[in-house]
Amino acid sequence: MTTATRRAAPGDTASGRIDLPGTCELAVTRKGSDLPGSGAPSVGEQRDASLKIAIVDESPIRAAILADGLREAGLTHVELIPETHNLLARIYAIDPDVIIIDLESPSRDMLEQMFQMSRVVKRPVAMFVDQSDAASIQAAVDAGVSAYIVDGLKKERITNILDLCISRFHAFSRLQSELDRAKDALEERKVIDRAKGLLMKVKGLSEEQAYALLRKTAMNENKKIVDIAQSVVTAAELFK
Amino acid sequence: MSEARLRIGYIPLVDAAALLIAVDHGFAAAEGLAVELVREVSWSNVRDKLNIGLFDAAHMLAPLPIASSLGIGHVRVPLIAPFNLALNGNAITVTPALHAELAALADGDPSDPLVSARALARVVADRKAKGASPLNFGMTFPFSNHNYQLRYWMAAGGVDPDEDVRMVVLPPPYMVESLTNGHVDGFCVGAPWNSVAVEASVGCIQHFGSELMVRLPEKMLVVRQDWAENRAPVLAALIRALAKAAEHIEAIEHRAEVTASIASRLDVEPSLVSRTLNGVLKVAPDGTMRSTDRYIVVGRENANRPDPAHAAWFYAQMVRWGQTPLSEEANAIAQSVFRPDLYDAALGRPAPTNDGGPRDGIGAFIGPDFVPGDVAGYLKAWDLKRSGRPRLSIVR
Repeated sequence: MTTATRRAAPGDTASGRIDLPGTCELAVTRKGSDLPGSGAPSVGEQRDASLKIAIVDESPIRAAILADGLREAGLTHVELIPETHNLLARIYAIDPDVIIIDLESPSRDMLEQMFQMSRVVKRPVAMFVDQSDAASIQAAVDAGVSAYIVDGLKKERITNILDLCISRFHAFSRLQSELDRAKDALEERKVIDRAKGLLMKVKGLSEEQAYALLRKTAMNENKKIVDIAQSVVTAAELFK
Repeated sequence: MSEARLRIGYIPLVDAAALLIAVDHGFAAAEGLAVELVREVSWSNVRDKLNIGLFDAAHMLAPLPIASSLGIGHVRVPLIAPFNLALNGNAITVTPALHAELAALADGDPSDPLVSARALARVVADRKAKGASPLNFGMTFPFSNHNYQLRYWMAAGGVDPDEDVRMVVLPPPYMVESLTNGHVDGFCVGAPWNSVAVEASVGCIQHFGSELMVRLPEKMLVVRQDWAENRAPVLAALIRALAKAAEHIEAIEHRAEVTASIASRLDVEPSLVSRTLNGVLKVAPDGTMRSTDRYIVVGRENANRPDPAHAAWFYAQMVRWGQTPLSEEANAIAQSVFRPDLYDAALGRPAPTNDGGPRDGIGAFIGPDFVPGDVAGYLKAWDLKRSGRPRLSIVR
């Protein structure tokens, strides 16, 4: 494992460790899954742990979430490639069996170059090759994940890996939208506080009266409190 | 007729103009089509989403439907290209340092691609002698004009694109950054990226694509073969909408509104789009200008009518550079991907007669006339070619 990879690995630094809300509901079991391929022989399970997986993702948080999930599932050879300018060199050095990449990463086209090359030890093929499994392809696209799998690797051996990646990508999206909502709420709160402060100062109101005035105005004008508060703040700026 | 809903994928480039204008200026709606344009970040995504049916149609690199139909480098999915969105539109840009070096070593006018290619060979030889690392060149995809044009140019001067330099795939939005930070010494890409590099003073446009080949389809409208069969009337309506949009773009009185519209889709300055459409380009940071009426051809000269000879030419490039072995059968399949018959039927026009363009329909700056039925003979003319797969290029 290289220094760069170790630096990006979760758990090594405090910021790398992600506390996932609702982790239990998205835990993906390697056994007992109702997905095709779950009936793979235990020999296959043993060998899965040895699969080398490379994650190409410019989002370090999502990459960490993904890597955590894969390691929890017993896949110990997980490497993160956060930057793209030496992507092929990194992949060449890691020589992975499976490459997981964000579908929205322009770097996918760089990976395609590998299909053209003779010196890469193993030739990867795209997940989309097997069109018989339309449902799982659809699920992957919805989640925004794409995978490349070394030629010859049996589909059953990676179904669970893909499934795990898909749910982790979804988990990241949920986390992201929760974060966005939290940020918005914080911003709104700040604006309302500022408006309250202005009203208190200018009209000599108490905090409660100031808030009540904002709420009443919002109701009368059929608007959100934050919008009224923003108008107050904007008006105050103009009168400065 | 009830409205047909279509999802069409595209990459934000000026050569998507006919598609963008067809949708944004109402030509698609007039044909009863409700088109949702989906902006994509990679050609791999465009291809995969078209293949699995998430897109009805796509703006695609002209050689890509051929590779897909032949199953080269990826799963075989029969695709067809019934409309050419643009001829030409690329340029080769190099760092100001390499530009100066090429000029210094040129035996003649370095704006002549043969002269510059020979100068490049001298640069390569110098670097080898000094033990310097090879030059890196960026292009957008293994099955692209960018790849084939760079190779064609270099090889003309005796530079082996697989041995003497490194060819690397770079997504267009990464090109300028890669030139700036020295990851590549040059690239071949479509508009507006060459102009962006010049504006940022990190690149000089060495050659327009149209200086290398007079007439080369750049991006095409591509659909799955089965989709074309099942939705024939819808496809015909789309072809008509695109043809009207292409004609609209060429009319100079629409240039300002068309430019504004494309620029807003691409998130770039309108001037970067207009200089491409007008063919008047700033080619160096010092303000040097160069112009041509063929920089990009969107709706003139029967540009939109697919020509199977071009498909054969792309196939010949794939064979020349070792992407696939030569076979007559594959050549025939390649040619059947480009569908002038669907184009003619949709527009109710007879096949055009020779329009006075280059003799072989391509007009490359060097080499024999291309004969679609004799790829083997054509390939014999070249010293530099590959059998087997191209080598791995790894950028430092």
